[in-house]
Amino acid sequence: MFGFLLRRLAVLIPTFIGVSIIAFAFIRLLPGDPVALLSGERVMSPERHAQISAQLGLDRPMVVQYLDYLGGVVTGDFGTSIVSKTPILKQFLALFPATVELSLCAIIIAVALGIPAGVIAAIKRGSAVDQSMMGIALVGYSMPIFWWGLLLIILFSGILQWTPVSGRISLMFYFKPVTGFMLIDSLLSAQKGAFSSAVSHLILPSIVLATIPLAVIARQTRSAMLEVLSEDYIRTARAKGLSPFRVVGLHALRNAMIPVITTIGLQIGVMLAGAILTETIFSWPGIGKWMVDSVFRRDYPVIQGGLLLIAAIIMIVNLIVDLLYGLVNPRIRH
Amino acid sequence: MKYKLGFAAALLAASFLSTTASAKTFVFCSEGSPEGFDPGLYTAGTTFDASAHPVYSRLLEFEPGTTKPVAALAESWKVSEDGKEYTFKLRPGVKFQTTEFFKPTRTLNADDVVFSIDRQINKSNPWNQYIAGASWEYAAGMGFPELIKSIEKVNDLTVKMVLNRPEAPFLANLAMPFASIMSKEYADSLDKAGKKEQLNQMPVGTGPFTFIGYQQDAVIRFQKNADYWGGAPKIDDLVFAITTDAAVRYQKLKAGECHLMPYPNAADVTSMKSNSNLKVMEQEGLNIAYLAYNTTQAPFDKPEVRKALNKAINKKAIVEAVFQGMATPAKNPIPPTMWSYNDKVQDDSYDLEAAKKMLADAGVKNLSMKVWAMPVSRPYMLNARRAAEIIQDDFAKIGVKVEIVSYEWAEYLQRSKAKDRDGAAMLGWTGDNGDPDNFLDTLLGCDAVGGNNRAQWCNKEFDALVKKAKVTSDQAERTKLYEEAQVVFKREAPWATLDHSLSIVPMRKNVTGFVQSPLGDFTFENVDITE
Repeated sequence: MFGFLLRRLAVLIPTFIGVSIIAFAFIRLLPGDPVALLSGERVMSPERHAQISAQLGLDRPMVVQYLDYLGGVVTGDFGTSIVSKTPILKQFLALFPATVELSLCAIIIAVALGIPAGVIAAIKRGSAVDQSMMGIALVGYSMPIFWWGLLLIILFSGILQWTPVSGRISLMFYFKPVTGFMLIDSLLSAQKGAFSSAVSHLILPSIVLATIPLAVIARQTRSAMLEVLSEDYIRTARAKGLSPFRVVGLHALRNAMIPVITTIGLQIGVMLAGAILTETIFSWPGIGKWMVDSVFRRDYPVIQGGLLLIAAIIMIVNLIVDLLYGLVNPRIRH
Repeated sequence: MKYKLGFAAALLAASFLSTTASAKTFVFCSEGSPEGFDPGLYTAGTTFDASAHPVYSRLLEFEPGTTKPVAALAESWKVSEDGKEYTFKLRPGVKFQTTEFFKPTRTLNADDVVFSIDRQINKSNPWNQYIAGASWEYAAGMGFPELIKSIEKVNDLTVKMVLNRPEAPFLANLAMPFASIMSKEYADSLDKAGKKEQLNQMPVGTGPFTFIGYQQDAVIRFQKNADYWGGAPKIDDLVFAITTDAAVRYQKLKAGECHLMPYPNAADVTSMKSNSNLKVMEQEGLNIAYLAYNTTQAPFDKPEVRKALNKAINKKAIVEAVFQGMATPAKNPIPPTMWSYNDKVQDDSYDLEAAKKMLADAGVKNLSMKVWAMPVSRPYMLNARRAAEIIQDDFAKIGVKVEIVSYEWAEYLQRSKAKDRDGAAMLGWTGDNGDPDNFLDTLLGCDAVGGNNRAQWCNKEFDALVKKAKVTSDQAERTKLYEEAQVVFKREAPWATLDHSLSIVPMRKNVTGFVQSPLGDFTFENVDITE
């Protein structure tokens, strides 16, 4: 197991370098120029343009810029935003907890509802229950997130007034972030009502963000379960007279979990990379929104630094998923 | 606010109280995150609303609701006969804000003024590059580095600025956000602590609100500055809840989660007006959208061809389709709210038959041209492609084939100014300082050819008028010159003037004292909330 971990970590290094090259090169291949954007409609003279490019180091050959950048990354310096002039790592660390908090809540909802839904649909294969569940899953999967989010806001925040419209906590509460996780910070603040406010703000964005993963997980669980349920050992287990609960819960589900875990892992990766639409509509200050804004502003250091950090996180999540396989299925223990 | 108690009511109730909690907390659902808090470094209105307006003051400021520069930190000023020397007498006893991170020991003096301006124009000032790549874009855009010869402290409360040439809009320029006055004492203390970059993150000024904190992309908090030289604000706390989506801003406003919002969706305005909890203020914005022909290329080098095309543009249709009526068709290159606007100018009326005939008379047949449409929504043109399609349709009716082109935004700005650009490029402008010079010379002057002058139009008669107005200090005389310049502009038609959009500000009914700024700024020093 330890050897496996080391091997996997070794593979991460070239992947990381590859990602850094791609992130660096791609953003520069995009048309658009961060220096020109600094002045908007107001035109900048060519001399000034050259001067500012030089100040930002953008006039140097690409290779030199890249090596300089890589040198910085190795020492933990991901550069400074052209626009806000603040260090990228600092911004990332301020925003990332918001993304993690939202993603975790969403994935909990998706797993807690998706797996049972998939299992029930598989057991009741072909029934009205199966068909309606998979129908709902298909609708969920195809849902335009922006529209869905706005619809929920209009219904639950506008008409019913059950939930707040957007943000992470009511503006009444003000405390300095300690962990960056609003649920934890609101508890630490010991302000009355802060925690429940944070929870209420999480409900709608979590549901919206969970919608697609929930559908994917339910469908994946159903098909994996169907495959396992037709295996010989399940028939044997049934023939032995095991209760249906033990057959499904212990023998079938555990074996069906491997592709499901892969799916969950991938979904977490996608969410951590920034739930751009959900973050935008709920004014959730996470990294997805941050990255998109930076693309529009051609803020090269933020885009390349952000991509690299996100890639690193996705690689770590994938590694954890690989390790989880072993826990679920002893036969593929490394 | 009444909230129905539903399934999660017990859990949620506490958080809802928030919206009614502190009666004097004013929440502004702002449209985006500020880039930073040092207004000198940036050019975006969103940044100024969160920095220059609440936290800082300037030597002169625009009188609320107008573009007239009036005394602010400068109590009075004198301009020399030749218009090159400005002497400012500072208001005595103006206090800088006391914050958790800085306790000022002295009041405003001339050092603060010299520091604030000099760092933007003088490369050897130690604060010129306090952040790597600081480009002082606005000061450069308004020509400050070449314009200001020297800036010096005469005594504690007197500052003298000497210009290289007379410049009538100079006082208006000093009222702009980038010319905000910072505390030199604070800057020095940051320098000593080795934390210079904090000047752009934790601002200290003499404005109506004291900066409390910023949670990136989420919330900015201010508290009233009880010592504000202009009288303490009526609200206790000012909170910016950053909400980038206009539809969500509207929901928040409706739910009472904020008191006022900028930039609504045009489609929502009717419903806002009929909501009994809301009121909507509107005003013609200080802007223009235009279609600039490349006047150096045939057949657009002929004014009669340009005028013929102008007659084929249905501006009313554009205003309806793009703005749902929340804009007015434009006839002059400056907006009607600006002084010297020449209302006597007759617009080229929409007349396809006449246009067709004029084109034939000019000997133009089978014309194919490009119309450039911006890829982004701007306040003066919400949907450039839609407008371009309407133009395309109309031009087809007079036998002109239009190809609509667009590029990524920065690329668009870059390419559209090229001297050999083909066709007509759509673009616009929002005024900086309310001075006609900021439109007429900046966008149409001869020295802006190859830059802001997207029509590449250099007309000696027009240029002489606006250049003369620039160095004339008598406003009545300037007005005459600009009025005449607008007549020349209309005759020569380097642009098709498209529209001036309305600036629309929806707010809760109980908000009082908000004054709409023609410059599009959002300032809250006079607002109050009534029960």
